[in-house]
Amino acid sequence: MILKGKAHKFGNDVNTDYIISGKYKFKTLDMNELARHVMEDLDPEFYSKITPGDFIVAGSNFGCGSSREQAPLAIKHAHISAVLAKSFARIFYRNAINTGLPVVECDTDQIQPGDQLELDLAGGVLRNLSRGLDIPVKPLPPVMLKILSDGGLAPHFRKYGGFNL
Amino acid sequence: MGQTIIEKILSAHSGQTVHAGDLVVADVDLIMGQDGTSPLAIKAFENMGGEKVFDPEKVALVIDHSAPSPNEGVSALHQLMRNFARAKGVRLYDIGEGVCHQLMPESGKVGPGSLVIGADSHTCTYGALNAFSTGVGSTDLAGAIISGKMWFKVPETIKFVCHGRLPAGVYAKDLILYLIGDVTADGATYMSAEYTGEAVDALSMDGRFTVCNMAIEMGAKAGIMRADEKTFAWLERHTNRRFTAVDPDPDAVYARVKEYDVSALPPQVARPHRVDNVCPVTEVAGTPIQQAVIGTCTNGRLEDLRIAASILAGRKIHPDVRLIVAPASRAIYLEAMRDGTLATLVEAGAAVVTPGCGPCVGTHNGVPSDGENVISTANRNFKGRMGNSNAFIYLASPATVAASALAGCIADPREFVKQVTA
Repeated sequence: MILKGKAHKFGNDVNTDYIISGKYKFKTLDMNELARHVMEDLDPEFYSKITPGDFIVAGSNFGCGSSREQAPLAIKHAHISAVLAKSFARIFYRNAINTGLPVVECDTDQIQPGDQLELDLAGGVLRNLSRGLDIPVKPLPPVMLKILSDGGLAPHFRKYGGFNL
Repeated sequence: MGQTIIEKILSAHSGQTVHAGDLVVADVDLIMGQDGTSPLAIKAFENMGGEKVFDPEKVALVIDHSAPSPNEGVSALHQLMRNFARAKGVRLYDIGEGVCHQLMPESGKVGPGSLVIGADSHTCTYGALNAFSTGVGSTDLAGAIISGKMWFKVPETIKFVCHGRLPAGVYAKDLILYLIGDVTADGATYMSAEYTGEAVDALSMDGRFTVCNMAIEMGAKAGIMRADEKTFAWLERHTNRRFTAVDPDPDAVYARVKEYDVSALPPQVARPHRVDNVCPVTEVAGTPIQQAVIGTCTNGRLEDLRIAASILAGRKIHPDVRLIVAPASRAIYLEAMRDGTLATLVEAGAAVVTPGCGPCVGTHNGVPSDGENVISTANRNFKGRMGNSNAFIYLASPATVAASALAGCIADPREFVKQVTA
């Protein structure tokens, strides 16, 4: 799967409250509605800046904080194709894979806001097209790759009737 | 090779001897969801083709994050949970019963050696009972509700050895804020935190829950402690079930061992907007505050309310401060009512709200105004956490929060503790 889009850059420790605030997530299961508020506390205009396929690019510890799965779902429903960060918080990372949102660890210092990126998930290559750079990405653990390639944990369960890792 | 507590628990639940780094599919003893995460889990359950709950006795749903419901959107989600629980025979803890992380231990569902998952990041709290408990998302929860299992990467463990005794006016909350400040918000990511040493042994069970509750704030998958006579005495008051302590082997392998002497530790405060932005209270003393909160899954227990009451007794909170108190459970609420603790707090000017999470997660029950400073016993001070991204949240112990509510600004509780004991 090849993903292509431009980079929206954030800093370190982007927590789940910033991704989707608690004041919205308790009210609805409509993820398209939640998506309109994605990253609102860090950039109130963020949703309107997204072109489908774009990437969120961040520093370390992306997704720290709550276990809310609304966080990766809001990102996915905002049509972000993947999140690239130096590192991820554990629960967010797992939730992203379970809900079918690609998350990739790499050296994001080599990406500037607005850079055009191309990510080959299967091949494990990230190209910064704007700068002519190939950035190595950390491969996903096989268990996670299996769940992600099935489309998330729900399709995995439907396919196998339980865990088949 | 020796095993850590966590390695032993995951071995026992997966039927094989495991060490850090191994991947296992393990049997789960308890699965908990709250009203911020269960509705999505119910959707995922259906989406996964789920029909039966693998064992209704091992599943619990708690309505605590927006309880009672502040609007019809939340009401519809609560109704979804109630209907699911009724249809599947699962115990639902409804509004007013309390915060999930108090209710699960209090109802005797967890003990030494248990393996618990909860769709709430602070599920790590139950490590105080020598259980491996960890936060997960809604889809993982749904998978476990169907199968009774979940996959785990066996975490490495950081051992925190806390020597000495905490001084007067310094509490479990100060200890854990200090440790988080030292290792930082992602210092234990993908790992578990084992807390040990005389200072930890000396903590009450209420204090131990506080310490384990915040393991996630250093990124950890779980916080855990050994079980001792205090643990078993506490369990005896809450359940007839019998548990066996899980101790680490003497040659267990740790990722790191960190040693501290806490005998001169001053009260700690986490400044906005990061939990690891920690300093001694003296550095921020005098900062004006408009709202003070005592409660949450971190510090809404009986000991916390009593500490606050001992400082507030016979006094009035500052006229420019609102003090909100949320007992962590109905049992605590009742006990604090019976022993006069609540009367003391209310006489001092506190507003007592339904046991639950409201003020901490910003859904209702105390959303601050623009530019206001809040001092809270909660576990997070992220920008916007309490429902307003233009407010500033400081985290501290119940004693520091109570002292600050009296002073109208962040205050060192040690002054008040001296007066109380004098």
